[in-house]
This record gives sequence, C-alpha cells and structure tokens, in this order.
Amino acid sequence: MGIEEVTLSENNRKPKATVRISGSEAIVRCLIEEGVDILYGYPGGAIMPVYDELYKYQGKIHHVMTRHEQGATHAAQGYARISGKVGVAIATSGPGATNLVTGIADAQIDSTAMVCITGQVASHLLGSDAFQETDIVGISTPITKWNHQVTKAADIPKVLAKAFYIAKSGRPGPVLIDITKDAQFEEFDFSYEKCTGVRSYTANPKSDDRAIANAAELINGAKKPLIVWGQGVILSRAEEELKQVVEKAGIPAAWTILGASAIPTAHPLNVGMVGMHGNYGPNVLTNECDVLIAIGMRFDDRVTGNLSAYAKQAKIVHFEIDPSEIDKNVKTDVAVLGDAKECLSKLIPLLDKNQHEDWHQKFKDFYVLEYDKVIKGDLHPTKEGLTMGEVLKEINRCSNGNAAIVSDVGQHQMIACRYAEFTTTKSNITSGGLGTMGFALPAAIGAKMAAPDREVVAIIGDGGYQMTIQELGTIFQQKTAVKIVVLNNEFLGMVRQWQQLFFDKRYASTEMTNPDFVTIAKGYSIEAKRVVKREELKAAVAEMMASKEAYFLEVRVEKEGNVFPMIPTGASVSEMRLE
Amino acid sequence: MEETKVYTVSIYTENNIGLLNRLSAIFQRRHINIESINSSVSEIPDVSRFTIVVEMTETQINKIIGQIAKQVEVIKAYYHTDDEIIYQESCLFKIKSDLLFEDRQIQNIVKDSNSRIVTVNREYFVVEKSGRKEEIDQLFEDFSTFGIMQFIRSGRIAVTKEKLEVSHILNAFNH
Repeated sequence: MGIEEVTLSENNRKPKATVRISGSEAIVRCLIEEGVDILYGYPGGAIMPVYDELYKYQGKIHHVMTRHEQGATHAAQGYARISGKVGVAIATSGPGATNLVTGIADAQIDSTAMVCITGQVASHLLGSDAFQETDIVGISTPITKWNHQVTKAADIPKVLAKAFYIAKSGRPGPVLIDITKDAQFEEFDFSYEKCTGVRSYTANPKSDDRAIANAAELINGAKKPLIVWGQGVILSRAEEELKQVVEKAGIPAAWTILGASAIPTAHPLNVGMVGMHGNYGPNVLTNECDVLIAIGMRFDDRVTGNLSAYAKQAKIVHFEIDPSEIDKNVKTDVAVLGDAKECLSKLIPLLDKNQHEDWHQKFKDFYVLEYDKVIKGDLHPTKEGLTMGEVLKEINRCSNGNAAIVSDVGQHQMIACRYAEFTTTKSNITSGGLGTMGFALPAAIGAKMAAPDREVVAIIGDGGYQMTIQELGTIFQQKTAVKIVVLNNEFLGMVRQWQQLFFDKRYASTEMTNPDFVTIAKGYSIEAKRVVKREELKAAVAEMMASKEAYFLEVRVEKEGNVFPMIPTGASVSEMRLE
Repeated sequence: MEETKVYTVSIYTENNIGLLNRLSAIFQRRHINIESINSSVSEIPDVSRFTIVVEMTETQINKIIGQIAKQVEVIKAYYHTDDEIIYQESCLFKIKSDLLFEDRQIQNIVKDSNSRIVTVNREYFVVEKSGRKEEIDQLFEDFSTFGIMQFIRSGRIAVTKEKLEVSHILNAFNH
C-alpha cells in the first residue's frame, strides 16, 4: 500500500518521529494506534475524506457499513460490551450525527466505552446553517462523558488519544469528537502518543483502606447479608474477586440486569436477579437483610421500586467507582470508593469465613414458591401456546450456557435475563438504563464481530425488531453469523401487559400487523424458519444453533402472555406480585 | 421537609468551549432555576472559575456538586452558604440627567449608598454600585421614584473564607 510507518516510542521523553499527512489520514492512524480493528459507520459528505483513508487502510482496519447510523452505535456498543474494548462509530454531519444520538444516550446510561467520530462542515461555515450542519456538540453534551470539536488538523492526535482514554477509564462512557471538513483536509506533522491522564479528571478514586475495613466489619457482623452486584464488576474485571467474596463470607448474591453473567447462573450462592421482573427471593428479602452490599451498581428505580420502602432495615455498604452515585438514591452507611477489582481484593483477606445457611435457605424457599407460581408455567407449559421461556430453555440446552445473549427491550428481554443460563462473563448484552428498542439486532452484529468464536444469539420482540430490521442488510453483506430469534406475539407485549394490568385492557396502539418475517430474512439470503407449534421448537432451535452462518428463527408465542413476578411502579420490593 | 437555602457554587474548570453548556445542562435537566451565574479567569493561569447561585436543599446541592465534579473538564467544585463566603454583586443605573441637577435627593442617595457616578452627559447619568443584593435592591427602590431608564445587575461573585486548594490538585497531577 506504500503507506509510511510511523514509529511510536513508548518513552514519552524521546522526540517523536513525525510524518506529514492529512487530518483524515491522521484520524485513521490514531484509531489503529488505539488498537481499533473494526469500526461501524455510514459515509456522507462531511466525513468523505476519512472514508477515502479507510479505503486506503482497509487491510489494517475494517469498516462496517451499517444500514443506519443508529445501528452503527449499537454495533459499537455490542462490540464494547462483549470485548471490554472501546467501540467506535463514525458518521457524517447533520442527520448522520443526529442518528447517533440514541446509541450515545444508551451508552451513557449503561456506561459503555464508545468513541463516536462525526464529520462537520468546514470551520468557516460553522453557524451559517450550511448543508447538513447541525450543532452535534451542543446536542450530545448532556449524553456524553466528554465531547469536543476539532477545527485544526494538528489537534487530532491529542484529542483522539484523550477521547479513548476518557471513554475507557474510570466509569466508562461515550465520547463524541466532531471534526470539521477543513481539518480533515489540512496537512500537518503527525505523531501519536497515548493519553495517560487528564489533570482535571480522576478516573479511579484512590481506595480507602479504612472504608474497606469498615465494610468488612459490617459484613463480618451480619447475620443476613445480601450482595447485589451490577455491571461495575464486569467493567473492572472483578468477577473472580466477587466470587471469592461471595464464597468466603457465604453471602447470597443477586445481580442487576447489567450485572448478569459475572458469576455463573448455576453458582449455588447466585440467588438471581433483582428488580421489577427479577426473582422473588432477592427482591422480597432485600427488605429483610441486615447488611446490603451493593457492588458496582447504581440503585436504579427499576431495581429499588419505591425508595422510601427499600432496605430501610439494612445497613448499606456501597462499592462504587463514581462518587456522584454515593447517596444519590440510597443513603449509604459505608461507601467504598474505587475500582471494584482493587477494593474487593483488599476486602477478601479481611472477611471471616462464614456460612449463612438459614438465611440462604430462605432464598431457596422463595425460589420454590416462584417456581410453582411462575417458572414452571414459563419453562414447562402445559397449556396451548408457546411461551417465551421455553424458547430460552431450548437455547440454553443447545448452547450449554455458553452463548452470549443479546436482547432488545420488553417482555422477551425480561424473560431472556430471567432464564438465560450463563457460564461466561460479558454474556448478557442488553439495553438496561435507556431501554432502547431496536438495540439487539445491531448490537448482536458488533458482539459477533468482536467475539467470532462465541455463539451470539439475539433475542428480539416483533416490535423492536422492526425498529432496526434494516441491519439484516449489514449481516448479509458482512456474512456475520448471528442467530436471530424473534419472539413474535404480534403485540408490543410489555406495553400491552401494562395496559392489561393498569389501563383496563385498553390496548391502544400495541397490536401489530406484522410482515412475513421469514420472507424478509430470506430476501437477505439469511436462512430462516418459523415455529408455530411446540413440537417443532426443539428441532428448530437445534438447527439454528448448529448453523455456521446467520440464521433467523421466528417463534410465534402466545399473544397475551405476561411477565411475572412483577413489582408495579411505585410499589416496594416487598410488594412483588407473583401473579 | 428539608429546608432550602441559598448556595454559592464555585467551580474551577479548564478554559474550554462548551463547558458552560455542559454545566448549565446539569441544572436544566433537573428543572432547577439558576439565580445567577458568572464566569471569569481565576487566580490560576488557564483555569476558569464559575460562580453559580442556586436555592435548594443541602441533599440536592450535594448531588448537584457530584454531577458537576464528575465532568471531565471540571477540576474541583465547591458549595458554600452565605456566611462562608465574601460576596458581591455589581449594578448599573442609567437615569435622566435633568433629575440630577433638579433634585438634590439623588445626589444624597448616591452618597449614602456608597455608589458612584460613572459618567454624566446632557441626557443621562450612570451610577455604579457594588454590594450585596439587598443593598442593590434598596438602591433600585430609591431610584425608581425618579424613573430608571435602564438597570442591570451582575451575577454574584464570591471568594471563600476557607482555603481552596485547587493549585495543589494541579501540582499533584504534574508530579
């Protein structure tokens, strides 16, 4: 390709070798320096110089053209969530940039490391209402961890290095860099140095040994301790430390939706999911525990229900990297600031070996109750009409719990999170905080590309599927071997469930007249099948899972199935309903 | 119910485009009205200082400070009650000149209020006053009987009684 290599010295003090290149080439080289192998995007006027360089560098960095910029952000999120690396999305100015907004907001609330690069009109046109000009820096300010506009080529290396550092360090998040077209054309002397710190920003608060000792004392003194862990455990790669804490102190441990898979589902002390549609035991017993140990989670309202009746009897220990989360929703007794991995490894030696058998038994008893009232009917239904749960059961059986499950938003998401069996961390990829319908299909593409050796199964409702269905084109073109399962109940099921329970069954705009999904998938040359009867399910799932290529499976499930248990909005975790 | 108070928020930041937007968005998102806002250079080269006045409970202001402090380009954020700071506001009155010469009372008001005439011409004169909000409110009332052509008051600026060790944070980073 004849592109001159830039030698980058590790030692910051040595003078850097420079080479005169354009801003757009510098952008691509910065990405390569940051270890980016795949990025997702969509070309357009103001980003064309960068695409020209991506064409030249295509042997070194793979650009995936999605069918919509929103798809690019979700693919980048899927890539980041399964790999722990930074996802990258790129788009042109104006509508290209505004189409990124949903994915950026999703990454912000779910703390996903992502760098978005947008082209912008030339700097002399800024503010003139030029063609495809939009103030994307202004628009994205409240939904980014950091954003910045570049108008000079010479600023590109420093700004991009800072972007990657900020996106992945501390509590991760999305960063948007807007680069004017003249800065992309301008030539300058390029050299690259990774960012190792920003003076106004503390990525990891220093762990406080006294706070850890106080936490250990509370935990050691507890009769009925409960751990609730979140995604912070996965983000700091603290899965092993968490497991040691749980096992040494013998503490029942529950997870938030984004924390799922950090400890295998089958672990004896894993007592299930907390929150609105979580498991009965961990929710109800939240209001019975004496010490609640929250690790890398943020007490979201879908987890806590009514805050004024949440764990009021318990002492609260909160392990958290972001100081602004302490006391935000739940008042803590001991706050342990810092990286979860570091803090938990310091905690382990201070913990007494313990077992809380009677207490643990309560979770098992509640599980039996939940099994009888809910789980049995979900997983082993006897009535007519397929359930979403039995589809999950079949997927578990075929994958042995080794698949990464990418879910969309709604009933199927809750069922997927409740029933998917995980053996491997970073295996539950879903839109938790923002609840973005349309997330799963593109996120599954990113996840499969980042982890090609893993089985990636997207589980999507018929509503959310149609929000980003065009990404079938990306799967077709890229030959991405994702498995797509659409659980079709011809309703926006979760909204319909609420209409049934809280709006006297007035099903306003929730019933869907759907197209022939199998024909659509086949139109993209994706192997596709539809299951309508229970006896077809087992073989169809097995065939899908055995396929080496992309595969689409539509399962017609019962139209008016509900997800239980459920904590109605505004109710306390103790008031969880089993039916 | 926790009582609300007036809090003066002092924020040391990098001097970057867009930061004002990022800070004001934190208040906007929570439907909080900003009483006054001022931005200027600080005692540290290349470091800006914002002074924002808001009224809320201490629980709320603590959360807001957390949100402000976590912004990447914010070096440090503090909040103080009125008795913990020395603060001033500044204002300008534009009043018709004929009154200045016809009515001695105006000159008395200027003298008694420790305000100062900045400029006088045939049509109007301009009075400047620095002080606390109550003093400026009083002056406004005193002048209002004479007809104020224009009035403007600045945001609050404040220094704290306690030491703010912002330079230490920056020095610690450099070493």
